[in-house]
Amino acid sequence: MTDFSVLHTASAVSLVILIISMFVVFIRLQRGPTLPDRIISLDVFSTLTIGIIAAYTVYTGNPVFLDASVIVAVITFLGTVAIARYLERRR
Amino acid sequence: MLLEWIASILLVSGSIFMLIAAVGIVRFPDALLRMHASTKAASFGTLLMLLGVSFFFAKLSIIWESFLIIAFIFLTKPIAAHMISRAAHRQGTPLWEQTEVDEFKERDGRGMEHE
Repeated sequence: MTDFSVLHTASAVSLVILIISMFVVFIRLQRGPTLPDRIISLDVFSTLTIGIIAAYTVYTGNPVFLDASVIVAVITFLGTVAIARYLERRR
Repeated sequence: MLLEWIASILLVSGSIFMLIAAVGIVRFPDALLRMHASTKAASFGTLLMLLGVSFFFAKLSIIWESFLIIAFIFLTKPIAAHMISRAAHRQGTPLWEQTEVDEFKERDGRGMEHE
């Protein structure tokens, strides 16, 4: 039982750290002076989402949630590339 | 017992790396410097956290799946960063005033101006 509580505490601590860093990134998303800054912060949002899913998988002990992070990784890349192409064409 | 300690240390250190990336995004003065924080530190934090997940479950299917995510992230993050930085340069995003080398501007005569 003590072995389980170590991982429980560690995953809860990493969830709290990731949510704090999400709020920190949100400052840049709200304040960012140009459009590429906002795209960068949205990209980091998706990476933080993958981290949150990984920590939540350990927190619940249910490996089904790890499938969602594959989808998030794929969709994020497509979205970032699409926004960058649009930004390049705009001028 | 040992595997769980390794998994918890990897999880917490990966999330600390992501917090460092978030602080760097807020603190750095320039879009391209912010991309330095977002790409490297956040990818390395994801690597550490997914290694922690695969140490926790220690099953072959979970290890394979987390290594799939790691490989995909490390293949696609540099491409996405390259495209964002090229779009930002073409659009004329202002640089930090202590930037010294801008080879695109020397070659093309256009690009970013110092703010």
